[in-house]
Amino acid sequence: MGLPDFSIALPEIILAIAAMLLLMLGAFRGNGATNPVSWLAVVIMVLVAILVETGSRGSVVSFEGLFRVDDFGRFVKVLCLGASALAIIMSIDFNRREKLARFEFPVLIVIATLGMMVMISANDLITMYMGIELMSLSLYVTAAFRRDSVRSTEAGLKYFVLGALSSGMLLYGASLIYGFTGTTNFDALAAALSHTDKATDIGLLIGLVFLIAGLAFKVSAVPFHMWAPDVYEGVPTPVTAFFAAAPKVAAIALFLRVFISPFGDLVSQWQQIIVFVSIASMILGAFAAINQKNIKRLMAYSSIGHIGYALVGLAAGTEEGVRGVLIYMTIYVIMNIGTFACILSMRQRDGMVEDISKLAGLSKTRPWMAFFLLVFMFSLAGIPPLAGFFGKFYIFIAAVNAGLVPLAVVGLVTSVVGAFYYIRIVKIMYFDDPAEGFVPLSRTQSVIMTVAGLFVGLFVLFPAPLLESAKAAAAVLFS
Amino acid sequence: MLDWPILSTVTFLPLVGVLLILLTSGNEQSAARNARWVALWTTLFTFFVSLFIWLNFDNGTADFQFVEKTSWLGGGVNYHMGVDGISMLFIILTTLLMPLCILASWNAITVRVREYMIAFLIMETLMIGVFCALDMILFYLFFEAGLIPMFLIIGIWGGAQRVYASFKFFLYTLIGSVLMLVAMITMYYVAGTTDIPTLMAFHFDPDLQLWLWLAFFASFAVKVPMWPVHTWLPDAHVQAPTAGSVILAGVLLKMGGYGFLRFSIPMFPHGSDYFAPLVFALSVVAIIYTSLVALVQKDMKKLIAYSSVAHMGFITIGIFTFTTQGLEGGILQMLSHGIVSGALFLCVGVVYDRMHTREIARYGGLVHRMPRYAVIFMVFTMATIGLPGTSGFVGEFLILIGTYQVSSLVAFLATTGVILGAAYSLWLYRRVVFGELVKEDLKDIMDVNKREIIIFAPLIVIALWMGIYPTPFLNVMHASVDNLLDHHQTAMQAIQTILNAAN
Repeated sequence: MGLPDFSIALPEIILAIAAMLLLMLGAFRGNGATNPVSWLAVVIMVLVAILVETGSRGSVVSFEGLFRVDDFGRFVKVLCLGASALAIIMSIDFNRREKLARFEFPVLIVIATLGMMVMISANDLITMYMGIELMSLSLYVTAAFRRDSVRSTEAGLKYFVLGALSSGMLLYGASLIYGFTGTTNFDALAAALSHTDKATDIGLLIGLVFLIAGLAFKVSAVPFHMWAPDVYEGVPTPVTAFFAAAPKVAAIALFLRVFISPFGDLVSQWQQIIVFVSIASMILGAFAAINQKNIKRLMAYSSIGHIGYALVGLAAGTEEGVRGVLIYMTIYVIMNIGTFACILSMRQRDGMVEDISKLAGLSKTRPWMAFFLLVFMFSLAGIPPLAGFFGKFYIFIAAVNAGLVPLAVVGLVTSVVGAFYYIRIVKIMYFDDPAEGFVPLSRTQSVIMTVAGLFVGLFVLFPAPLLESAKAAAAVLFS
Repeated sequence: MLDWPILSTVTFLPLVGVLLILLTSGNEQSAARNARWVALWTTLFTFFVSLFIWLNFDNGTADFQFVEKTSWLGGGVNYHMGVDGISMLFIILTTLLMPLCILASWNAITVRVREYMIAFLIMETLMIGVFCALDMILFYLFFEAGLIPMFLIIGIWGGAQRVYASFKFFLYTLIGSVLMLVAMITMYYVAGTTDIPTLMAFHFDPDLQLWLWLAFFASFAVKVPMWPVHTWLPDAHVQAPTAGSVILAGVLLKMGGYGFLRFSIPMFPHGSDYFAPLVFALSVVAIIYTSLVALVQKDMKKLIAYSSVAHMGFITIGIFTFTTQGLEGGILQMLSHGIVSGALFLCVGVVYDRMHTREIARYGGLVHRMPRYAVIFMVFTMATIGLPGTSGFVGEFLILIGTYQVSSLVAFLATTGVILGAAYSLWLYRRVVFGELVKEDLKDIMDVNKREIIIFAPLIVIALWMGIYPTPFLNVMHASVDNLLDHHQTAMQAIQTILNAAN
């Protein structure tokens, strides 16, 4: 037995080496190097994304079956890399103004992204855990990044304690699964579960439930969502923007891979759990957000709701469902990044503000920013012709085709409740009298919000590329 | 037939106007003036282009005309446009009302004029799109997207309670339409396509039809609106600016009726037949109850809003009689109501612009200072009552003939609505226009000016034209309505056989 085929993990290896080099650069140059380190990190992520996209096609397994590269992984990896790179770009300006400019921040994001890529490519419970922990540990540190702020450290600590608990549950579930099937490899699991009576083993099912609990924590699905509002509110805003996008995508992708590939034959066993988690998330996300005054907290509940919608696609357990989730997550990430570019522009003369009421009359003081935030809000609410509608549309097509009509009805009705708090923001911006305006937007923020806004608004004209590539990516899990 | 895509042109022409308005700059005054002129010319041009649809329309066929089809989302969801005798006139109605709305807002809107005009132009695109779309998802897209500009129109330029009204409008309509979306997805799943002509020929399972019909009904009943989900309408009308009310009453409400004709009846014949008594019951309640409510209103706009609910009740009765007269009357009444109620809201707008109140008690004796206004208002009051010779009469008469063939009780109850309608309309006219001119501030009120006469003139002409010689309008719909009814009867026979076999 020779060496494993390293070439398929080339993007991950490059990212790992780059993280170390950037760390060295920062360590020798000090905090003055934050800007170059940040931009270098962005450039490297873009290059790695190109490498992922242009790499060899088809599904390849290496490292003794631990690591898998396929079209599904490619799709999600590019999405994660893009979201992480944008999170770094959005942070540069903020961190400089808030005197948080430390070179560790981009490096931590690069390492977290590396963890995500390992998660996405995992073909074994061990690889999966390794990826999750690499990502999570980096996230704990970025959460507590503003050391002098009580809220930030509290958020970091809370995230760490609960995150460690969920990792424990995940690991316990994995050990049960190993105990009852004798393997941790996804392909071997799939083979073992497809034609034995192991499929209804109660111990295996308990393991599966623990696995779901651990993963549900990472995506902040109800009932494992409690950390999300506090952490979203407490951590510095660019970190919130990062948390809301890339890690969610990676965790959802892992959810899909684990439950469709190795446990696909147990769909009748886990489907009801996912349906419950999904309904609970949609309802909580819709109702709990209504009374929020802090926009970051509101976005936390909004993201809980959106994860609920994404899980509808998983609950369907079909190729269409996976495709729907991939489309949904792509659109979700872009809407979220755009929204956070707006939130990061909520800066008055004496510092950042997070109160929704501070947006009052924004349409008069900053018409374009208000317009783009309006586009994002209607899109998050799922109103056509904006992109958010198509995300929901494909998810619910999958649900109806899988016979989950009640789930689709609940989802669409909660989306009406959700629409209430999204249009409340529009109301505050457009119907209310102007409050104190914001200072001029930084160029990066306005570029990001414009590009995201154009994507969300014009997706209806050019839907084919995303629909096609999501379809190809989803097909891989079922081949 | 034309060799260029006229439907897409008409639909998206207003967006060109939006671009032009975005390009204009300068100080607030000149930007506002430019925006007004651009919007006016765009809507006028759109109207003239849309007339080509009518000129080239072939009355002899029930097929869809001016069809355009391009692939869009894949998987059987296409960009598919086309019109038939049922939808064509609604496009003309929309393009006709739009320039009048822009003119009516000329001096009434003074803040954020550019945004206002942009919202109206986008609204026009979406409304025309609804009537052109021949793909369910495309239809839903236009249907639902209209909520955004209307929400902003009510919320930004509305009256004191505008926030409440705009939220109510948005959420009521949204909850109805998401249920419709579930039904559409189910139909997509069952039939494998979202193409409307294909779905019209598709036979859905009779039991499934009932559920699908109810889901579509949830959406259209809110839009029409039917009792008891009509309560958003008075609020929205009262708070919306005049032109917003015209669009709401003139076009948005018609989308509900159009939806019944395009989806419920051809696609779910069994569901429509099964639930027709429900529609009759709700419509009769709407006619009598909202007419009585209209009698006690103190606000002019609210009164007209309630009268709209009553008139729409007639229309739904007509549609669900499944008779030629009922259906044609329903369509004609929709067109007539679009013109007449739009004109009545414009009449209210005229005095509101001068006095800034819509309270009926604040007026009286206007005829002494505003004779021309009194004449205009009278024409439309008579038209809304359904005086022979006005557009309202033809539609209501046809509907009642159709209804009588199905149920004399429903026809009798609906007719009481005509009497009540005369009562509240004439009483409103009496209180506002006649009597002594005693209010001090009314003594120097000005009569309608040239701009307002230009707005009302075409509406008066059309209201009388439809009343005296409705044949051109009816000729357009004959073929399509007959086809719809034939289709309905054959489908009902087929379903009867299935149901008999099941027993």
